[in-house]
Amino acid sequence: MGTPRTMAEKVWADHIVTHGEGKPDLLYIDLHLIHEVTSPQAFDGLRDAGRPVRRPDLTVATEDHNIPTVDVDKPIADPISRIQVETLRRNCEEFGVKLYPLGDVEQGIVHVVGPQMGLTQPGMTIVCGDSHTSTHGAFGALAFGIGTSEVEHVLATQTLPLKPFKTMAITVEGELPAGVSAKDIILAVIAKIGTGGGQGYVLEYRGSAIRNLSMEGRMTICNMSIEAGARAGLVAPDETTFAYLKDKPHSPQGADWDAAVEYWKSLPTDSDAKFDAEVIIDATTLSPFVTWGTNPGQGLPLSASIPNPGDAANEVERVAIEQALSYMDLTPGTPLKEIAVDTVFLGSCTNGRIEDLRAAAAVLEGRSVAPNVRLLVVPGSTRVRLQAESEGLDQVFLAAGAEWRGAGCSMCLAMNPDKLAPGERSASTSNRNFEGRQGPGGRTHLVSPEVAAATAVAGTLSSPADLEVAS
Amino acid sequence: MEAFTVHTGSAAPLRRSNVDTDQIIPAEYLKRVTRHGFEDALFASWRKDPEFILNRPEYQGVSILVAGPDFGTGSSREHAVWALQDFGFKAVLSSRYADIFRGNSGKGGLLTAQLDHEVIESIWEIIESDPNAQVTIDLTAKTVSVGELVAEFEVDDYVRWRLLEGLDDIGITMQQETDITEFEKTRPTYKPTV
Ligand code: SF4
Repeated sequence: MGTPRTMAEKVWADHIVTHGEGKPDLLYIDLHLIHEVTSPQAFDGLRDAGRPVRRPDLTVATEDHNIPTVDVDKPIADPISRIQVETLRRNCEEFGVKLYPLGDVEQGIVHVVGPQMGLTQPGMTIVCGDSHTSTHGAFGALAFGIGTSEVEHVLATQTLPLKPFKTMAITVEGELPAGVSAKDIILAVIAKIGTGGGQGYVLEYRGSAIRNLSMEGRMTICNMSIEAGARAGLVAPDETTFAYLKDKPHSPQGADWDAAVEYWKSLPTDSDAKFDAEVIIDATTLSPFVTWGTNPGQGLPLSASIPNPGDAANEVERVAIEQALSYMDLTPGTPLKEIAVDTVFLGSCTNGRIEDLRAAAAVLEGRSVAPNVRLLVVPGSTRVRLQAESEGLDQVFLAAGAEWRGAGCSMCLAMNPDKLAPGERSASTSNRNFEGRQGPGGRTHLVSPEVAAATAVAGTLSSPADLEVAS
Repeated sequence: MEAFTVHTGSAAPLRRSNVDTDQIIPAEYLKRVTRHGFEDALFASWRKDPEFILNRPEYQGVSILVAGPDFGTGSSREHAVWALQDFGFKAVLSSRYADIFRGNSGKGGLLTAQLDHEVIESIWEIIESDPNAQVTIDLTAKTVSVGELVAEFEVDDYVRWRLLEGLDDIGITMQQETDITEFEKTRPTYKPTV
C-alpha cells in the first residue's frame, strides 16, 4: 500500500501527462464542455494560430447562457445574443465539435446536460469555461471552471498546466431535519467558511448527510463550491452514483461497465488520508437558509433577522454589510420572513433539475402564487422539461399561476430577456446574489426550491412549514 | 504576450471587498465575440455614479488598481481581465484574490500582486492624499513601492516567470506533444466519447 490519498489526489495523479519540478503539472482533460459565451475568443485564437481542435470527440457544446426561454423556435430577437449563438454554431461546424443547439432535445444548461447524458463520470477531469463546472464533482470527477484562454488551451492540446489544489474535507454528519435540502446545506457551509474560505481548495463533501443525498442534491452542493471560493467540489462515488449512471446514453456498457465500476470504487479517499483543512457541520442543526446580502456568504436561517452592521467582527465586514443592506434596501432587525418579493425564479444549474421541480411542485400543488408575484419556472434542460411534462408538473405550475418556460440559464444571470427590473426583489434558486446579477438594480435572495415555492405562495420569504394547509 | 518587468504609474483606490466579476464586467457585455474593446464595460454599473473612483478627474490615466480583499470572486469570465486591461490597468493589488480570476490574469498578462491588507490600507492612504503618487511594481524584485513605502508582494513563481518572459501557454504545452500522445494511448475504453 502506498501513502493514503484523498480522492482529489487520486484523480489528479491519474491524469498527469508530465510532472514538472517547480512548474505546474500538465493535466489531461477527459471532457471539455463548451457554450456560447466563453468560447468565441478561444476559437478565434485557434484560427489565428492555424490550430485544430485536438479531440473533438472529447468536446461537446450546447447553447444555454443567452438564449430565450420563450419563442425558442423563432430567431433570437436580441441581435447581440444571436451573433454569439450563431458564432458558436459556425465554430462547432468548422472545428467538428458536436453541438446541441436550441430546439435539440439534448439542449440545456451545460452542467445539467453533461450528467444527464452520462458524459460526467467518476474519476474524470472535466472543464468548461464556466465556474459552475464544479457541479460535476458530485460524481467524483475533478471538474472546474476555466477562463477563455484555458478554453483555447484545452481545445488545442486537451491538457492544462495546473498546480495541484489543496484539499478540504467538509463533513456534514447526521440526519437533515424535515424541509431542509441540499441547498440549505451549501448556503450554511458558505456562510460558515465565507466566500473566500475555500480559496485554493477542492472541497470534498462527506458524512452521512451527504451520503443520503440523491445525485441531484449532491450536484446542488458541488455546484456552489465556487461560491465559497473553491475551484471544485467532490463527493465520493457510491451505489447512488452508479445507479444514476446505469444505462445513461454515454455510460459504459457490458464489460466496460464492470471495469469502470471497479475503477470508480477505488476512487474514494483512503480512510487514513490527510486533508489540508477540515470543517464539520452538524446536519441536525440546519434549517432553511436564505441570503440577505449581495454575496452568497451573506446568508442566515430563514427564522433570523437582518444583521446589524454594528455587530460585525471587523471594519471590512461592517462596510460590506452596510453596502449590502443599502443595495438590498433592507433595515437591520427586520425578520427575513417579512421580506416581500416581486419575482420567484426556479431554475439554474443549481436547482433546475427534475428533483428540484418535483420538490417545488409538491409545495405548489393545490395552492396559488400570491397576487403581484411572478413565478418563473425554467427547467435546466429540455430533457428535464420533457420529464416534468410527462409527470404533469407543468400543469401544477401553470395551475398555480407560474410561467412554464424553455430550458436555459435565464434569470440566473439575465443575459437573455428574463431579467428583474431595477429595484425588483427576487427569491431565486440560483447561486449568485451579486448586485445586478438578475438584472441591473435587481435584488436577489438565494433560496432552496422548497423555499422558492413557499415564497411564491406567501409573497414573503417563507418555508413550506409557514404555509397554511393546501386546499 | 507582452513581457512585464517593471511598471510605474498612478493608482486608483477601490475601497471595496468582494469585488466580484459581475461588478468588474456585467454579463450584458459578455455577448461580444471579440477579444478587445471592453474598456467601456469595466465596472459599468458603478461608473454610472459620477463619484465613482474611476470617474474622478484626479484618477484619470491610472494603470494600477488597489482593491480590498477577495477581488475577482464569482464568475470565471476572462472578460474581467480584458476589461481591466483595455481600460489601461497593468496590475491589481489586493490582499486576496479569487483563484480563477487570478489564473486568468496571469494568462492575459495582468499582474495580480498579493499584499497584506495593512499594506493595502497604507497604499490607499498615500494615493488618496496624493492621486498623482507614482507606484512602481518591480516583478523581478517582487516589490511595490510608493513614496516611502516599499513592500514585498506575493505572486505565483510560474506566473511570474511567464510574465517576465512574455510566454504564451499553448506554445509551451505544444512542446510536449509526444507526451500527450503517449498519455492518450493509456486511456481506458470505458471513458466516454461524445
Ligand atoms: S445557470 Fe447560471 S450559474 Fe449555471 S451555467 Fe447558467 S448562468 Fe452559469
